[in-house]
Amino acid sequence: MDLQHLREIARAGIWKNNTGLVQLLGLCPILAVSTNLINGVSLGIATAVVMAISGGVVAALRNLIPYEIRIPVFILIIASLVTVLDLAFNAYLHSLYLVLGIFVPLIVTNCIVLARVEAFAAKNGALSSAVDGFAMGAGLVWLLALLGGARELIGTGHILNGIDMIIPGAEPLRILPADYPGFLVAILPPGAFIALALLIAGKSWLDARAARKAAQSPKDPAALAST
Amino acid sequence: MSLNSPYLRKPTSVSRVMAEVLLAMAPGIAVYAWFFGAGILVQLALATAAALAFEAAFLHMRGRPIKPALADLSAVVTAWLIALSFPSIGPWWLIVVATGFAIIVAKHLYGGLGQNPFNPAMVAYAVMIVAFPALMSQWPGAGQLDASAQLELIFGGARDIDAITAATPLDALRTGLRAEGAGVASLLDGAAFGHIAARGWEWVTAAFLLGGVYLLARRIITWHIPVAFLGTLALLATLASLLAPQAYPGALFSLFSGAAMLGAFFILTDPVSGATTPRGKLIYAAGAALITWIIRHFGAFPDGVAFATLLMNLCVPLIDMKTQPAVFGHKKKG
Repeated sequence: MDLQHLREIARAGIWKNNTGLVQLLGLCPILAVSTNLINGVSLGIATAVVMAISGGVVAALRNLIPYEIRIPVFILIIASLVTVLDLAFNAYLHSLYLVLGIFVPLIVTNCIVLARVEAFAAKNGALSSAVDGFAMGAGLVWLLALLGGARELIGTGHILNGIDMIIPGAEPLRILPADYPGFLVAILPPGAFIALALLIAGKSWLDARAARKAAQSPKDPAALAST
Repeated sequence: MSLNSPYLRKPTSVSRVMAEVLLAMAPGIAVYAWFFGAGILVQLALATAAALAFEAAFLHMRGRPIKPALADLSAVVTAWLIALSFPSIGPWWLIVVATGFAIIVAKHLYGGLGQNPFNPAMVAYAVMIVAFPALMSQWPGAGQLDASAQLELIFGGARDIDAITAATPLDALRTGLRAEGAGVASLLDGAAFGHIAARGWEWVTAAFLLGGVYLLARRIITWHIPVAFLGTLALLATLASLLAPQAYPGALFSLFSGAAMLGAFFILTDPVSGATTPRGKLIYAAGAALITWIIRHFGAFPDGVAFATLLMNLCVPLIDMKTQPAVFGHKKKG
């Protein structure tokens, strides 16, 4: 298992095959929880942890799991991990647990977790699968951070609302002037769809621009390989 | 100039249609400015400037020719509809952001003129009333504020607004009915109401009716949508007020309140987002009237025309598909 291979897996998870922007999987929590930065990042990290561990565990056990009942077994593994995480949230970050509510237990049914386990971990080694789960999760984290941060900023004028749930006594950061009226639609459900659509368009635009640049300088072998 | 047959008509261009629509709005705007002050003229100017600027900027970004698209006046129609449906004393940024949303998100992101499934002006209205419900329901009463006070509200900073504005007549009627248990008749005797509907507004809507009749006479629009919309609204209002005269105002009040006339002749008739077949237009407009009536009497928003338009826009592909007229000489499929 060489490093180049792992790097390729990580690149796919974080950018090229991003769960939210390219595969459009797990949109329910992405749209519902990204009302602010803290909620988005918290759920993103929780999902990333579950994906990394479940990927590794499933890959390690993949030759022992009967093919016909693999999905229930996968779900069992994922559900045990999520239960541990859910209890940990409840014990150590109780106010955040109350905010995220049902979305932490629902990681079990998040299609992106099962999708990576079924499409990747069931066919690859434990290390690659753990890296894949973690990279896909990391892709989700930055997407949720960007989406949550942007919606929060446009909707309320400051970011890091609810930071005191993680660091007691910390204050939200006001970015826009105090008389900014707050564009409420950004926080409401339509704002989630509009913002996600703009991010998808933005990624396509960046990719198209990169491809154009690579086509203009064919001497660079790295750029040639990526197109 | 053709003296011999065939007498070909010059094809109607988009810019001519849009210019006629703008002309037809003029009497309504004049009456509006007469009763409610110069604020509306400032809002119209702001919306027009913003619409043209956003349109030009976005056409440039999309690599499209700028001049023909600006000259077709469709952006100006959108801008005017936004200005007319927004409160005339809203802050300047409200109308600029709304126009930007209409032109960029509702029009160009869907592919530009002719491609938008929703009426851009109504999308802007819906977004802004959900985002800024308080600012969007502050309307001046007739003759209540002079021009300088209106300019101060539009361009000034702080707004001590509750002291100087009244709820819209539709709102006043609904809250009055809900809160005090008073009847329609006693509420309509109040100072905000005139002969048949709200003081001032009844004349503005009558002027829009005049403009609408002009559009019909010039064959810019067909009779189907206005007749079906106003007819359904009048029918519902009459039935309700016959059954419960103390709880529902009659047909005249309903037709001459809020955006009913503007909607019937200028908003629902948008050739891009509205239904196009004759029978489809009837269904589309009747549905919009039903939703408008329901939102007005059972909802929480000042008027229901915008949401009714958007909801019926959503049904247009299905309506148009199911109401295709038979081609001449062919039998209709059973």
